[in-house]
Amino acid sequence: MPEIVVISGKGGAGKTSLTAAFTALAPKKILCDLDVDAPDLHILLDPHNTVRNDFVSGHLAHIEPDLCSGCGQCRDWCRFEAISPHANGGWHIDERRCEGCKTCVVLCPQQAIAFSPRTCGYSAVSDTRFGRLVHAQLDPGAENSGRLVSLLKKKARELAKKDGLDLILCDGAPGIACPVISSLSGATLAVLVTEPTPSGIHDLTRVAGLCDHFRLPTAVIINKADLNAEAAARIKTFCTDGGHTLVGSLPYHPDVTLAMVQKLTLPEYGGPLAASVASLWDAITTLAGQAPRPL
Amino acid sequence: MIAAIASGKGGTGKTTVSASLASVWTQALGRPVLAVDLDVEEPNLHLFLHPVIARNTVASLEIPVVDATVCTRCGACRTLCQFGAITILGDAPVVFAEMCHGCGGCLAVCPVGAITPGARELGCIEEGAAGSIGFLSGRLRVGEAMSPPLIRAVTRRMEELLAGPAATALPDVLLDAPPGVSCPAAAAVAKADCIVLVAEPTPFGVNDFILAVTAFAPLGKPMGVVVNRAGAGNDELYDFCRQAKLPILAEIPNDRRIAETYARGGLLAEVNEDCRRLCHTLAQAVDRLAREARHA
Repeated sequence: MPEIVVISGKGGAGKTSLTAAFTALAPKKILCDLDVDAPDLHILLDPHNTVRNDFVSGHLAHIEPDLCSGCGQCRDWCRFEAISPHANGGWHIDERRCEGCKTCVVLCPQQAIAFSPRTCGYSAVSDTRFGRLVHAQLDPGAENSGRLVSLLKKKARELAKKDGLDLILCDGAPGIACPVISSLSGATLAVLVTEPTPSGIHDLTRVAGLCDHFRLPTAVIINKADLNAEAAARIKTFCTDGGHTLVGSLPYHPDVTLAMVQKLTLPEYGGPLAASVASLWDAITTLAGQAPRPL
Repeated sequence: MIAAIASGKGGTGKTTVSASLASVWTQALGRPVLAVDLDVEEPNLHLFLHPVIARNTVASLEIPVVDATVCTRCGACRTLCQFGAITILGDAPVVFAEMCHGCGGCLAVCPVGAITPGARELGCIEEGAAGSIGFLSGRLRVGEAMSPPLIRAVTRRMEELLAGPAATALPDVLLDAPPGVSCPAAAAVAKADCIVLVAEPTPFGVNDFILAVTAFAPLGKPMGVVVNRAGAGNDELYDFCRQAKLPILAEIPNDRRIAETYARGGLLAEVNEDCRRLCHTLAQAVDRLAREARHA
């Protein structure tokens, strides 16, 4: 089944606005917001009938003050700089820094450190006017975003199979590390949204490199293309040289923000961008139907 | 003083603000400045400051190497490892290097000393200068999943630089943090005296801004807001800031000329006289915000 993931490397390039536009155009699909750290797709899709589940992943170490002798061995072992002096003379573990490795728990001579499962956020399935949406919210500052992304993708695949749908359309995570790598795992096509700016080009080369690493076919969209024609031409050359398909571009246009303020996708909002995103989506579906990228 | 420039949503102008502040800092405040790029997944600060890199070092994570001739296959390491990074397959001890968080627990619990420290390359740390602006940046290796250990390594290097000879004036530090609110962002702002949040007054911008405020508020550091693309969306951002008593330090107008200057790799302060003055005023406001922390 085609599994299309929209990513951008650089934030603010228009990844979520474009994903939302495609959700309005694609028939028979399941939607998935993999930007679990700062999800935004729900703002335009207005999810309802939401069923939530706690996302419990990994563990958290906690020092029992009454049992702690204050020896400080835990602090010496901790590689995550999570353990600092406590006001009571013992030691304290900062939840935001603890990675749940259990080393301090095992090595504490007083067995004063508890180790409990950690709730890191929630995952959810909702109805929207464009079909079902699998989404999540990681607790601020929490860990395990990669595992949460994998969980959402698994859920989306199950639902797609159960409901007889033929496409999974995902809003990917930003950056190039853990959550993005999880986003791309099992995908059939990555849509890379970029802009003709120094940061846009720089970040495109890095996410494109990541897709090469996973031998994943790519479709590139240049957003705000008219901001710098020379840089847009360089992106085109980069795509040709690197075997990335440039499927089209969009101009720098106030409608993207105006539609967002009205909580509408671009095809619903209308205007000149509606036709442009429709032709981008046609090009993407054609690519998604093609054979996988040769090794 | 150390100021972190952060944002919940990517692309709100965090790097624009960091680079522009760095460019006017010494002129506005009469003190040297060190610009640090902690957005190690997508470091962009160098694209606007054009530093000359004088030192480039590889940063690694300590991972286990098992000597199979010493290993007794007792499984203590496998039992401990919470990340599935070390196990015994058939009769051979196996390390899955990419899964390892580098906690060192397996080395500590191995009863026969069969495990020694090895290394996985995380990326590199670049150091140099752009004119009088000191520059330090981390760059994650493409394919590497874990950015927090590299962020910590860059932060440690920053602290080494700040602990230098007392004879020279210590620079103020501007940290360009990664976007978002999960572990990398939390790791990046940990050492800052104050946090400057860059936000857009749009529905996506406000949603991610509130997440960032929720994530950073428990740190107890003073926070201020720079509104970028002011006038582009609606009033929600301003309403929230008023209610949360978050000061607005500056407003960068929604102006195509600013977007075009950025697209050429230019700095905000270079757009026109208004923008230059805005950057100076912002530098002074950030300095006041950081002092609030030290007096608190």
